Amino acid sequence: MALLQLDNISVAYDQQYILKDFNLSLEKGQLLSLLGPSGCGKTTTLRLIAGFLDAKDGSFRFEGKDYTRTPINKRNFGLVFQSYALFPHLSVYENVAFGLRIRKVKDDEIRKRVMKMLEIVSLHGFEDRFPGALSGGQKQRVAIARALVIEPDLLLFDEPLSNLDANLRVNMRVEIRRIQQELGITTVYVSHDQEECFSISDKVAVMNKGVIEQLDHPSVIFKYPKTEFVGRFIGFNNFITFTERQADGDAVLLTVNGLPFRAKKVPGMSAGMKGAIRPDDLLAGTENEISEGPNVLDGTVKVSTYLGRSYQYIVETALGEFTVNKEMLSPFENGQRIRLLVPPEKLVLVD
Amino acid sequence: MQNKSYGLTLFTFLVYLFLLGPLILIAIASFEPSTVLKFPLTGFSLKWYKNVFEVGLFMSTFKTSVIVSLLGNFLALLLGVPAAYALSRGSFRGKNTLNAIFLSPVLIPGIVLGFTLLKFIIISLHIPIYAALLIGHTVIMLPFIIRVIGSSLSNFDFAIEEASLSLGSSRLATFFKVVLPNIRSGIIAAVLIAFLESFNNVDISIFMSGPGISTLPIQMLTYVQNYFDPTIAALSVMLMIFTAVIMFLIERLLGLSYFTKR
Ligand SMILES: Nc1ncnc2c1ncn2[C@@H]1O[C@H](COP(=O)(O)OP(=O)(O)O)[C@@H](O)[C@H]1O
Ligand SMILES: [Mg+2]
Repeated sequence: MALLQLDNISVAYDQQYILKDFNLSLEKGQLLSLLGPSGCGKTTTLRLIAGFLDAKDGSFRFEGKDYTRTPINKRNFGLVFQSYALFPHLSVYENVAFGLRIRKVKDDEIRKRVMKMLEIVSLHGFEDRFPGALSGGQKQRVAIARALVIEPDLLLFDEPLSNLDANLRVNMRVEIRRIQQELGITTVYVSHDQEECFSISDKVAVMNKGVIEQLDHPSVIFKYPKTEFVGRFIGFNNFITFTERQADGDAVLLTVNGLPFRAKKVPGMSAGMKGAIRPDDLLAGTENEISEGPNVLDGTVKVSTYLGRSYQYIVETALGEFTVNKEMLSPFENGQRIRLLVPPEKLVLVD
Repeated sequence: MQNKSYGLTLFTFLVYLFLLGPLILIAIASFEPSTVLKFPLTGFSLKWYKNVFEVGLFMSTFKTSVIVSLLGNFLALLLGVPAAYALSRGSFRGKNTLNAIFLSPVLIPGIVLGFTLLKFIIISLHIPIYAALLIGHTVIMLPFIIRVIGSSLSNFDFAIEEASLSLGSSRLATFFKVVLPNIRSGIIAAVLIAFLESFNNVDISIFMSGPGISTLPIQMLTYVQNYFDPTIAALSVMLMIFTAVIMFLIERLLGLSYFTKR
């Protein structure tokens, strides 16, 4: 049975529903990310789990018990905020010890646990500093130590890295994953950064307007987005709306404007009529390099930009504009006639 | 460039002279040996300073003033801290109205407020004079307490309160362990400012004093109506020093810039 279970949860701010009939479940020891654009309800979901918000409807079960009306301070969940939220009037040591003092843990036991936790977050020797004298990364480590030292039943992160600079973000997310796995602690992690979520999660829930559009392993979502929204959010920039669709063995035959396409059939594939493909997966070539046939589109280069490793082209075709990336020495020219090939195994059907 | 800055210096000097001149004159006049306030001095004497301590009513009203200001301060804190907290924390209907009501004593002329308090509350409820003074001074101080602490709370990061709750602390414990320590300087400032405001108050106290019970400023007013000797000047100098010490404490604790920031 799932450790955490949200059943048909609704949350509203003055009559306006932010979450409606929201469902989510999470197994013990896993790290689940909520991923979605700003304003889609990630923080709301996290605050509901933490206990800062009341559900209008639905129930929240944790370890089989009803937590829907359990007050925040009785939940034993660890929280890490985007703004760190350290206590400015307390030293690093006292910040980390805070939760233990409330739990009336003995002083020497507190000392042992705080020191061990500071060791884990690589902040040994910083006990007597005050938050004002720490860098952003160090503050976030203290915040993590403070949340972990109480041995929480669930750890909640709300965009913990978005105030850090790019390099540190990558280091910290590796760190977070390491600590999470080392301690085997069940975690819900909120971010709007796709790479961040994919790199550290066991499961990712992609959210849109208060609804989870897809919940799966990162690698599955990365390859097989279920809906157009998810596809767009994770970088499938090209969409084709087909008019006919029929099964053909392990392939799907599709047509639009009399142009035939094939897509590889995968288990659990959407029954939708939209095909999606990444700019990196689309092949581009001259009329000599790619011959006419199914899955091929004629087009004209409209815009060309240099991305560093490859060139990116916007190509005008009979089915609209396509974005394609190609590594090459000398780029296509603007206005040049080229062909695009959609590899059947890379064409993903979405709702 | 040079001229311009000379002009500015001169102007600043004149402004200060205008502001401080009367205070300096009073201070000098307090050393006049004769029985009438005079300038320039006809001699030098400290006898009026001694006289301040010999006029029993000054001593008793000083005591009343201090007690009323301190007790009122305490009451105003008890009411004002939760009010300031609720006003800056919560988002509820009628918040702006409530804000306006709490701050209204600053906007309403003291005479009107004093008279209203006297007529409709003190007299109709038969409240004894001492209690009336206390109520009046609590009302004087409350808006200052709410304003200064409110300004301190507006810089307070309420996320740390949530952090405390999530770590298992109750709301009440969170208030004492996390909120209060972080607005401490605001509370000290509020207490000192409110104290000065109450201690110097005339317009409301004047309605709340009665036979034998009065505050120092009221007593001073009564005194100058009957005597013209420099006792008042000597007392004023002592009060100025008293006030200066408090301002110095505020400055030391927070820096005066604290009040000009917002
Ligand atoms: N206190 C609030 N009052 C009213 N609306 C809110 C409040 N907090 C958030 N919202 C709205 O709820 C929606 C979801 O917000 P949030 O959960 O913070 O999104 P995210 O964290 O995904 O960016 C947004 O449209 C936001 O405007
Ligand atoms: Mg958010």
